[in-house]
Amino acid sequence: MPSRLIASLFLSLLVAAGCARKENPPVGTATALAKKILRVGNGTEPQDIDPQTITGTPEYRLMISLYEGLVALAPDGKTLEPGVAERWEVSPDGLTYTFHLRANAKWSNGQLVTARDFVRSAQRMLTPALGADYSYMFFYVGGGEDYFHGKLKDFSETGFQAPDDRTLRLTLRQPTPFLLQAMLHHAWFPVPIDVIAKFGGLDRKGSDWTRPANFVGNGPFVLTEWRPNQVIVVKPSPTYWDRARVKLDEIQFFPVELAETEERMFRTNQLDLTYEVPLSKIPVYRREQPEVLRTDPYCGVYFYRFNVQRKPFDDVRVRRAFALAIDRESLVKNVTLAEEQPAFALVPPGVGGYQSRHHLTGDIAEAQRLLAEAGYPGGAGLPKIELLYNTLEKHRTIAEALQQMWRKNLGIDLTIYNQEWKVYLDSQKTTNFQIQRAGWIADYVDPHVFFDLWRTGGGNNNTNWGNAEFDRLLTQSLDAKTTADRYEVYQRMEKILLDELPVMPIYFYTYTRLVRPDVKNFRTTYLDNYPWKYVELAP
Amino acid sequence: MLRFITSRFLQSLLALFLVITATFFMVRFVPGGPFTAEKAVTPEILRNLEAHYGLNKPLWRQYLDYLGSLAHGDLGPSFKYPNRTVNEILSDKLPVSAELGAESLAVALVLGIGLGTLAAIRRNTWVDYLASGFGMTGISIPTFVVGPLLVLALAIHAGWFNASGWYEPADRVLPCLVLGLAYAAPISRLTRGGLLEILHQDFIRTARAKGASEFRVVTRHALRGGLLPVVSFLGPATAGILTGSFVIETIFQVPGVGREFVNSAFNRDYTLVLGTVILYAALIMALNLAVDIAQAWMNPKVRLES
Repeated sequence: MPSRLIASLFLSLLVAAGCARKENPPVGTATALAKKILRVGNGTEPQDIDPQTITGTPEYRLMISLYEGLVALAPDGKTLEPGVAERWEVSPDGLTYTFHLRANAKWSNGQLVTARDFVRSAQRMLTPALGADYSYMFFYVGGGEDYFHGKLKDFSETGFQAPDDRTLRLTLRQPTPFLLQAMLHHAWFPVPIDVIAKFGGLDRKGSDWTRPANFVGNGPFVLTEWRPNQVIVVKPSPTYWDRARVKLDEIQFFPVELAETEERMFRTNQLDLTYEVPLSKIPVYRREQPEVLRTDPYCGVYFYRFNVQRKPFDDVRVRRAFALAIDRESLVKNVTLAEEQPAFALVPPGVGGYQSRHHLTGDIAEAQRLLAEAGYPGGAGLPKIELLYNTLEKHRTIAEALQQMWRKNLGIDLTIYNQEWKVYLDSQKTTNFQIQRAGWIADYVDPHVFFDLWRTGGGNNNTNWGNAEFDRLLTQSLDAKTTADRYEVYQRMEKILLDELPVMPIYFYTYTRLVRPDVKNFRTTYLDNYPWKYVELAP
Repeated sequence: MLRFITSRFLQSLLALFLVITATFFMVRFVPGGPFTAEKAVTPEILRNLEAHYGLNKPLWRQYLDYLGSLAHGDLGPSFKYPNRTVNEILSDKLPVSAELGAESLAVALVLGIGLGTLAAIRRNTWVDYLASGFGMTGISIPTFVVGPLLVLALAIHAGWFNASGWYEPADRVLPCLVLGLAYAAPISRLTRGGLLEILHQDFIRTARAKGASEFRVVTRHALRGGLLPVVSFLGPATAGILTGSFVIETIFQVPGVGREFVNSAFNRDYTLVLGTVILYAALIMALNLAVDIAQAWMNPKVRLES
């Protein structure tokens, strides 16, 4: 019977193909074992690798291997160490920063990285036609904002100055104590202006200069291959000033969108480091292979927004009742599972040494009393309440758990509903919700980030809440003489937030991933970035 | 025949134009846009971005501009991936999807027709029950269940394959097998049904009476007519394999068009949404046209009726 013959032939072909498979390595083939190749799961396909125009986390992780800013992260992942600048001074009034660039900092095409490169990079960042999302990070420097708005035509009149090739002087608009922290952000990395100019102009997004053949960077690694949706390969840059310290021979970044797929790739030894861990697998790994499961604190807060202009959340007593009536310890222990910290304040613990003094306190009895005081004893008489979250399994699980707690503790029956990401963002921008799930991850490690959010009418506030005293303190905080003084102002601001509760904090994030034991020196920062140059592979 | 083909071709062109128009306006009316992001950008930056991509022009103007560049074969730049054009992305991804589709279709046809034929000629024996059981199971269990199960068995436990990826030849086996199995099931049922109907007809009896061997009866006489339902299924099935491979592409990290299709909608990457829709619409129409022609060739009755 020929069809039977064909079928069996085909099956044996399949089996043969299976047996012929080599021992694992997906791209580098058999040499992967001899060479030190780190294989990293990196979430989604990067938009681009231009540090001035990208916005996502997967891109940021890639950037750290390809570029280096004035300051860099020490191997401990916490303190600052010299990057392109070998040292720097800050004037006593906190307004002038002078950076001294090292003589041997080079681009991957062999040219020196000069102070002028940083000035011209800043100018590109502040060119409106480029449409860079993070240009506001350069508004701290004098004239930056005016240049961006076209009020200042000549960039040499701004506070970005390069007296000579190795000296960069920044004159700020007002003291910005977190400037050095902010400089770790990819928006502050220098870009090869001459190269970009050759490929269609400085203010053009996405020109061909980021293709592997044209790419020039100044980081410990250099781009050698980019196969969209397949892999991005970087190799040590021979011109990097600290080349001797770079231990890996190659890093391969794999865009793996699905956490489940990624976890299976980890199990078949296709990855050394994953981007995330599926929620359902966390308990399994914790039980069976705790040595590969890694959890680190992550500088962000998970919270729910109230729309303070919609009933019943226009009443602070209702907001407070909602915030008090949930059991955060139980939520992180039984639902979110990744050792998150329950949040009773809005700033994650220890951000730049700041520890919140005020906390959300009160029990369920008080929550019930507040609700009754607001005119809704036992939840009676409340309008229909709907809780919005974006479509994701984890957010649904959390929303369901909280829905249960509110039902049990306050007698409230609220409905939960989900929207696809961009629709959800649209509802958020137009405050078209009553309660909304939200989260915020800092762009740089300073408590300022978590207060700037709630400025009246600020683009990320989205609660319709505003407080003049709060705004005044926010401006005042930057003029504080010492960090201790500044943090005192923040304590007062946090008290205002906790009294008025335009948002209700739920937990502080952690970052969970799988790491193969032979990956050494792998440290993550509070922002979950890694100084790749220190990472080593050893059996 | 030529008139039939020409008229079907013109109908397809009109349909394609309607699809483009409808898609163009529909994606614009969905809440959120390509630059909607969690972290707010200032209104100035947003205006600059929109001006950069011509989104500040009136919608009808953008539509005409789009049709204009489309006439030159230019599908525009991608919003999400600024350093790549839609043409580039699609020409990069289409060969991968085509390979996945062709290999899966081969699996589906060989397994489906083979099993269906066996079931038909060994009707009501254990062979038939086994094949029909396979058909039923294959139709009922979705690929996102079969996929991970096969990965678990053949990649993680047996260690024969990578769990996912599209790097070496062996990486093709699992995705093509999973996608092929899903289509082998309906094909085996259609083959069985079609053959059974034919095997009872007079010309088969005549063939047997002439002393033709059973093998010859089935392959020469029965299959040509018995496969008609399979052929009409092939058009939508091929289109389904090409467009519906999103799940497989995601589970197995295959860099094909299916992932771009779905992700572009999530990203509100207007031009990429349109590009993939146009590609898929054109493919589906071409395949249906091909099926119509094939059917007319295989069965003169169809031609007469139309």
